[in-house]
Amino acid sequence: MIINGWEMYMRRVCRVAVVVGMVLLPGAVVACGGGTQESGPSEASAPVTNPVDPATAGNVTGRVMFEGTPPKPSALRMDSDPNCVQQGASATDESVIVGEGGAVQNVFVYVKDGLGSLRFPVPSAPVVLDQKGCRYAPHVLGAQVGQPVEVLNSDPTLHNVHAVPAANQEFNTGQPLPGMKHTHRFSTREVMVPFKCDVHPWMRAYIGVLDHPYFGVTGADGTFRLNGLPPGTYTIEAWHETLGSQTQTVTIGANESRDIAFSLKSTT
Amino acid sequence: MLLHLFAAFVAAATALLIFAGGLVTSTESGLSVPDWPTTYGWFMFTFPLDKMVGGIRYEHSHRLIASVVGFLILVLAVWLWRAEPRRWVRRLGYVALGAVVTQGILGGITVLWFLPDPISIAHAGLAQLVFCLTLSIALATSPGWHRGYPVGNRTLRIIALVTTVVTYVQILVGATMRHTGAGLAIPDFPFAFGRLVPPAWSAPIAIHYAHRVGALVVTVLVLATAGHILYHHRTRGELRRPALLLLAMLSVQLTLGALTVLTGKQYVVNSLHVVAGAVVLGTSLVLTLRAHRPRIEGSGLGAQGSRFRNPLSPIPDPGSRIPELRGMGA
Repeated sequence: MIINGWEMYMRRVCRVAVVVGMVLLPGAVVACGGGTQESGPSEASAPVTNPVDPATAGNVTGRVMFEGTPPKPSALRMDSDPNCVQQGASATDESVIVGEGGAVQNVFVYVKDGLGSLRFPVPSAPVVLDQKGCRYAPHVLGAQVGQPVEVLNSDPTLHNVHAVPAANQEFNTGQPLPGMKHTHRFSTREVMVPFKCDVHPWMRAYIGVLDHPYFGVTGADGTFRLNGLPPGTYTIEAWHETLGSQTQTVTIGANESRDIAFSLKSTT
Repeated sequence: MLLHLFAAFVAAATALLIFAGGLVTSTESGLSVPDWPTTYGWFMFTFPLDKMVGGIRYEHSHRLIASVVGFLILVLAVWLWRAEPRRWVRRLGYVALGAVVTQGILGGITVLWFLPDPISIAHAGLAQLVFCLTLSIALATSPGWHRGYPVGNRTLRIIALVTTVVTYVQILVGATMRHTGAGLAIPDFPFAFGRLVPPAWSAPIAIHYAHRVGALVVTVLVLATAGHILYHHRTRGELRRPALLLLAMLSVQLTLGALTVLTGKQYVVNSLHVVAGAVVLGTSLVLTLRAHRPRIEGSGLGAQGSRFRNPLSPIPDPGSRIPELRGMGA
């Protein structure tokens, strides 16, 4: 009830802002965040059915490893908000997470090229980006163009959700109350869309927005899996927020599974 | 006298507001409150204090101080309208009011449009003009101004005016550097990548280097102005005092500029650099206005449109050390 009340209030504020904006400030209402947003005309007029024949589909699996001595994760200073200190006193920086044996976590791996003109259905189920312990969870994720991206506030403090894409439309909306939800649909593919919270400057997340479902994010063991690919030759890219990107070309036949490996090293 | 004290208070409050604005930029908190004029949906003055966390502390405090300064300038403008006999001073009040309202709208737009550089730079530039306007009103309503000053020479008038204008341009270059993220484009000081001239160029490096060259130009102009005053007008307290203050503030400002780079833009140092720039500009403006005062009041601007008795009278200036020149400019 509180959430609905707040959203209704925000909508009322935005309606007033629209009227004032039409008189004084054309365009000033761009940033008014309601409960749901779409960034511009959607490219997501996709067919309902999957064009890939499951009988011939193959997979690409692999692992991303760190080359060299991995950096030690530094502790995050979250003392600018007492609520955050209580939530995550031992939180560490997530910009490079290297696990056992040099496995790199939070690498976005996706099919960059090779799908031609194939169009894919847009999932109606949302991907969820949670704000918990004054950090984004997950830190890296993927979504399809037009798919709902649901940003939650599970913290007892307030956050602003600020997406700073290059190709999609930027937005910045407030979530002052715990449990608030903001849904957004991206209109065009973009790898990656950074998210940040300006209240808590250590909070960063990245969403890869694609027009197909062939993407994944490495877990603690550094592995990824792209399932259901039609036979063909593909450019696979591994993207990391600080270690940069690498691409590989891989060809898979009908029902074939290929395993590839990426090796990333510090660029500094 | 009360009006002068109030105007001086408003000018000081405006300087504080500039410092608060500097903190917002230095801590990159400009978008920590995504809505405007509300704050996370709350009416600005009812936003709960316990929610003032992280970057919101800087952004929301800046908005609150700005509201207070806006109100103070409104009071000042009304006060001038009701009590000030000189039309040009009343007009300064109206212009200050219009400027602070515009400044508030620019501040709102820059939040709603995600800090576009031109708007943010305009917001920073107009802040300095609001400060200059309030300072000018404080000066024009001061007892010293009413008493009048001796007629200065042409050289002083020109050099003081040029120093003030160039200082303002330098502040605009600094604002451009700040808002385009070029503050550490040249990471070393006093050299640029170990050399006098950067070995490679990009837009951020060019903007940063222009600010350093601008600092040199301002330094030369301030030294010329202060040197001229201390050599030719040493006995005139109304010029000597701001000249010495200008030299002191220039030293502080250059030190803060160097420290801003050397500390990697430590936010308090960075913000002090912004407000010290305003003080340098304001001091230079006071010198300029005092040097031009006989022309300003003597041009008839003060008398024309006056609804009241012209209060300007050649009362001797106790601060002056040249008795034979006292009051000649009135």
